[in-house]
This record gives sequence, structure tokens and C-alpha cells, in this order.
Amino acid sequence: MTFKRFVEIGRVALINYGKEYGRLVVIVDIIDQNRALVDAPDMVRCQINFKRLALTDIKIDIPKSPKKKTLIAAMEAADVKNRWEKSSWGRKLIVQKKRASLNDFDRFKVMLAKIKRGGVVKQELAKLKKQAA
Amino acid sequence: MVSFRFHQYQVVGRALPTPGDEQPKIYRMKLWATNEVRAKSKFWYFLRKLKKVKKSNGQILALNEIFERYPTVVKNYGIWLRYQSRTGYHNMYKEFRDTTLNGAVEQMYDEMASRHRVRSPCIQIIKTATVPNDMCKRENTKQFHDEKIRFPLIFKKVRPPSRVLKTTFKASRPNLFM
Repeated sequence: MTFKRFVEIGRVALINYGKEYGRLVVIVDIIDQNRALVDAPDMVRCQINFKRLALTDIKIDIPKSPKKKTLIAAMEAADVKNRWEKSSWGRKLIVQKKRASLNDFDRFKVMLAKIKRGGVVKQELAKLKKQAA
Repeated sequence: MVSFRFHQYQVVGRALPTPGDEQPKIYRMKLWATNEVRAKSKFWYFLRKLKKVKKSNGQILALNEIFERYPTVVKNYGIWLRYQSRTGYHNMYKEFRDTTLNGAVEQMYDEMASRHRVRSPCIQIIKTATVPNDMCKRENTKQFHDEKIRFPLIFKKVRPPSRVLKTTFKASRPNLFM
């Protein structure tokens, strides 16, 4: 039960409350016990409370308070975007976003796909039952 | 950036020119107030205590708000203040870590109110300064000066992403481990 995700300079975190909800940011400096200075390639550096952050497993190698260019270069070097999108957490978020953005026709297509998949599964199950019997 | 309760103003004023004194000395003060009107009032309050001049025989020459030069850099702020407690006046020195001076001053007011029950009208800010890391006096600020600082977050705050999604009843107990 030890801790694996630490608040440290270079830790990638997800903002899970507030105006910047859903944004991946890097902790760039620690202000005090409750707040950190965070930065992302497409936003102004700002301070945020730890209560609004969910730490991820990804950590990049940056000095304290790096320049924007250094930060972007370090994020490219550590391949944060791909690592995030391949991680199970990242994939789940992408699926959630996709589902939220479906229009009615898309939902209809999903329904048909689900029925088709269910049909295939039932066929296989029937085959297995026949074999067992 | 969140809006600050206290803004920093630079107020410049002098006594009105009289036949006896054509060029009265001009005084400049940096102070904190919630708005510009209060800043001017505070200026006269302090100037009255220091010089023989009042609002009725003086004039304000300039009133400018001072903004933070580097709001994306974390700094240690030292604040010297004079406050009135139930038993008299005391001086105090407090240190805060923040990105902006206005933020540190706001922290100071909050902390004085909570720790010493001193309300904001009873606090006078004598001096503020950005303190370099090696000159900080308080252990509380010095503990964040480590280059390789790291600590775990021990409790996860489980809450919906916005207040509208709040529900009274949940299906299962939350997992508070990070």
C-alpha cells in the first residue's frame, strides 16, 4: 500500500474540476502545501489546487519552472500524448468523449452494431452448447 | 487568474500649494485596498499620521493600480504588518509562498483572521518584500525550497466535475486512495 504517484516537478496530472476540466497538465512548480503551478502547451501557466488534480503515472524530466519551449520539447521527448492515449485511463476518456458527442444517427448505428455483435456471440454460444450436449 | 479582494495601488499626493509654500513636497505611497476610493481614503489616513496634511487641504496627484510583474513565477513574500488585537497593537512578520503579491496579501488577511481573529480594518501593512530562498525565516516556507520536492497526495477528493451533477445518494462507497 505504498504510494506510487507523487506530486513532483514533471508529474503529469489531469484537471478534474472547474473550468479547465479534462485538461492534461504538467506540474511545473510547487507553490505550497495545497497549490501547484501547472502548465500545458496550449495554456497560460497558472496555479491550481491539488484538490482539482488527479495525478497520472506519467512523469517527464524538466527543471523547475522551465521555459515553454523546454516544456514542449520535454513533453515531446517523453511522448506524453501517445502514452496517455494508449493508457487504459486515457482510452476510457476518449471513449467517453466519443459517446457524449454522438448524434442520433450515430446512436442508431451503435445500436445496430451492438445487435450484430450480440447475434455473433449467441451463435458461438449455441455452437458450444451443442458440442457440450 | 481569480480576482483578488485586495488590490495594490500607488497613490501620490501632496498638500495644496499655499502662498507660503508654492511647491509642497509630494508623497507617494503603495498600499492595499479593495477599490480605488478606499485607496485614496487610506492614503490620507496614513499621510495624516506622518505629515501635517489632510484631505481638505491636500490633493491626490496620481492613483495607479500596481499589477504583478511575473505572475507565473513562484516567490516567497515576506509581509511586515501592524495589527490591533484585543489587548493592544503588535507587529508581526509573516511569510507566504505565492505567485503574486496580491495573492500573498490576501493569504495574509485570511490567516490573520483565522489564527488571530484580527479583521482586515485592524491590519496595517508596513512593508512587503520578495524574499530570496536563503533569507526566509519560517520553516513552513523553507520546506518548499527543495529542488527535488515530492510528496504523495494521501486522500483523493471524490466529487462530480461540477455542482449540477451532485447527487444525494451514491450506489457504492468511494475509494479515497489516490
